[in-house]
Amino acid sequence: MCEINEDFHDRLECVQDVEGGLKKCVKCKEANASVVIKGGDAHCRACFKENFTHKFRATLGKNRVIFPGEKVLLAVSGGPSSCSMLRQVQEGLSQNAHKKLRFLPGIVYIDEGGAVFRSSEERQKTVAQLQAIFKATGYPFHIVPLEQVLDLPSSTILTAPSASQPAHTGAYKTAVDQFIQHEISSSAAREVQEETDVYESQEPHTQALQKLIGSAKTLTAKQDLVNTLRQHVLVHTARSKGYSKVMLGDSCTRLAVKLLSNISTGRGAHLAQDTGFSDTRHGDVILVRPMRDYSAKEIAYYNHVFAVPSVFIPGLDTKNADKASIHRLTESFVNKLQADFPSTVSTIYRTSEKLQTVCGSSSTADPCDRCLLCVCALDTADDGVSALQATLTSEKLSKFRGNTRPGMPVLISGELRQSAPTVRDCRSGEGENCGQAQVGGSCCSSDMKPEKTDLKSTLCYSCQLIVKDLSSVECLPQYILSEAMRRQRRSLMRKEITFAPVSNVGQEKTLVTVPGSELWAVDQTSH
Amino acid sequence: MPVQCSCCGEKRAMLKRPKTGHSVCKDCFFWAFEEEVHETIVSAKLFRHGERVGIAASGGKDSTVLAHVMKVLNERYGYGLELMLLSVDEGITGYRDDSLETVKRNQQQYELPLKIVSYEELYGWTMDAIVKQVGLKNNCTFCGVFRRQALDRGAIMLKVDKICTGHNADDVAETVLMNVLRGDVARLRRCTAISTASEGEAVVPRCKPLKYAYEKEIVLYAYFKKLDYFSTECIYSPNAYRGHARTFIKDLESVRASSIVDIIHSGENLSVREGVKMPVQGTCNRCGYISSQALCKACVLLEGLNRGLPRLGISKHHRLHGKILARQPLTEKEERKLRSENS
Ligand SMILES: [Zn+2]
Ligand SMILES: [Zn+2]
Ligand SMILES: [Zn+2]
Ligand SMILES: [Zn+2]
Ligand SMILES: [Zn+2]
Repeated sequence: MCEINEDFHDRLECVQDVEGGLKKCVKCKEANASVVIKGGDAHCRACFKENFTHKFRATLGKNRVIFPGEKVLLAVSGGPSSCSMLRQVQEGLSQNAHKKLRFLPGIVYIDEGGAVFRSSEERQKTVAQLQAIFKATGYPFHIVPLEQVLDLPSSTILTAPSASQPAHTGAYKTAVDQFIQHEISSSAAREVQEETDVYESQEPHTQALQKLIGSAKTLTAKQDLVNTLRQHVLVHTARSKGYSKVMLGDSCTRLAVKLLSNISTGRGAHLAQDTGFSDTRHGDVILVRPMRDYSAKEIAYYNHVFAVPSVFIPGLDTKNADKASIHRLTESFVNKLQADFPSTVSTIYRTSEKLQTVCGSSSTADPCDRCLLCVCALDTADDGVSALQATLTSEKLSKFRGNTRPGMPVLISGELRQSAPTVRDCRSGEGENCGQAQVGGSCCSSDMKPEKTDLKSTLCYSCQLIVKDLSSVECLPQYILSEAMRRQRRSLMRKEITFAPVSNVGQEKTLVTVPGSELWAVDQTSH
Repeated sequence: MPVQCSCCGEKRAMLKRPKTGHSVCKDCFFWAFEEEVHETIVSAKLFRHGERVGIAASGGKDSTVLAHVMKVLNERYGYGLELMLLSVDEGITGYRDDSLETVKRNQQQYELPLKIVSYEELYGWTMDAIVKQVGLKNNCTFCGVFRRQALDRGAIMLKVDKICTGHNADDVAETVLMNVLRGDVARLRRCTAISTASEGEAVVPRCKPLKYAYEKEIVLYAYFKKLDYFSTECIYSPNAYRGHARTFIKDLESVRASSIVDIIHSGENLSVREGVKMPVQGTCNRCGYISSQALCKACVLLEGLNRGLPRLGISKHHRLHGKILARQPLTEKEERKLRSENS
């Protein structure tokens, strides 16, 4: 398999042998070498290119998730890595028969300009530049402003049943053979009448988006929020245009940073989905990361030598200090470490290879078990002793308690247990005055309006941190809020059912007549 | 204007809790800190009534606070534990000898028995002598490996059922990051565990009652309780890589206060792909300590020191284990290779 070559780029330019003469390429042994790859292997331009393109094909071939004839959406941000990915797809589709990639590509660009307060002139300029690049490929493309999140349907954040794809071994090969047969018989005269569309954002939408981003009090939360929303638009675009795969341009360097910043923001449970080759959390649309074997510098070199165009687009953290956000901080940490210890990125990357996701992709699982924002399986189950429980304990203990002191422990079968339960404070109220012991689930919060604490039960640990940093959840797009309400109603119903006599189970309809005022107090006891 | 304690609502707030941001008075802080440790001990079922527990005491703030809190909770909640202090003397002049004085004062203040085991008596080498031979580059490898075993040996001598160590939340978070940076998935999976079961006969189970306590709060607790602790960094210490990770965590904490516990949550929820090779634990053929190789790390390191070839234990030389076991000399070529790595 192709290795990631972390340390070649520092000795790129001219390669000389010990005597000072020009070194020959180790592969073709003819041309003069101009690139040194790990371990001192020097390659000429042509062989470097050959290796680079081979790696892309090999990554796809090894993972076997993209089927011939499948519609694949390439998410291009304008950055070097995703633009290089676009070039690799072009190269792959134009190869001769046995090496040829056989899927139907389309391109999507999600314009986040609104979220970072760019003027509409600037945004149009960027879009025009990208359009030129996209048109040159001849592939259908979709330019979608992030403002579209304001019109997304709630189904966006539900895991859909995965497309009935042949899963057994050999199926991939059969599919390839069938496709080649078909292609020969139709003599490649495939007629692709696909739309290319450019959505424009409207001013009120932009303002609503800006209000939402502005409601996040920290840059970390702003970045996480934008990433989450972008993902939603991406999945929605893929679904509505009939793409079953989305290719993301994350490089190995980018993923190493992402892995560390995800660990730092409590996303450990989702690392495999967030940084692995394929991400199946959405069920019907699978995200893949074919650039994960390339380092950022390797890509930069390729783009430079082979004139791959890219567009610089300022993001949320451009111009910000290193310590402005967790993502920014992690990026500078990894870069500094990489400079001192050249194997840093590749080691972190290998760590990610060995991780897996607990939840898997089972689409039959209850949507209530998945996070409202990131659509990953919830990692907030109360399993006794955990960081999450420790935090809840700390919050509980630092809040107003008056003069109550917990009871003394007794020994139950040789193990220490507390005799009297400590006073259970109402955790729903953020206000200092709501610290009264909770009796039978009713306290000052039962007639509260939707607030962030109510969203909590529908979010994973890390997404709870995002919402904690929002000044108000009311700015969140409607599809998120209405799905949150739906889930809360359901969980209330389920609770009613468990309290109801056995004979009533199954007659859910009769149980829906729950006074609306209690809807928001629903999970006070369970989180 | 003085801020009132958000906890009791009566006294003046003296500090802002780094962990929750609440402004609390001294007494409420002590109470909350101790209750949190108690909660950890109870919910993780760290001890059983009547057990003998060795507290690994270095004289530093973590272990001093641990010893204090363990004694307080043992009395307050009637754990029925027989507590004792267990210290390791690495033999570092100007560092360990001073910190051991602190431990000896702690012993009197807390009225707990104390056992000191030294590298010199266990291995025949002090850290000072080791540094003289290996220099300052790899000495932490020796110290870490030897300390781990020394604690176990001391625990066996004391006949304790468990050892508790002063690892705090910052330490655990740092270890999670270090294992990611080193690509050590086996350790990554284990390092967030609050207690380790007995692995084979040579190893005494360990636990970390301060696992969820922030270092900052430990310092505050020690400061306000006026605890007697020793606060100099080890003179042979700084491991550059670990130093980077440590600084990174401090920076993260300044960006988002909950980062430390967020990292621990991540660590607790990681899962390793099936089929990733995990080392199989066996026992050392020479000393009986747990080891995934024929010889445990301490025995290899010791052999290297005694043969004047310290590189033996630092890089991977599993092939040579047979020769060491059989007490055979190395070939000239093997010796040359080990020596050349030295430079
Ligand atoms: Zn060549
Ligand atoms: Zn989430
Ligand atoms: Zn108070
Ligand atoms: Zn410490
Ligand atoms: Zn041994």
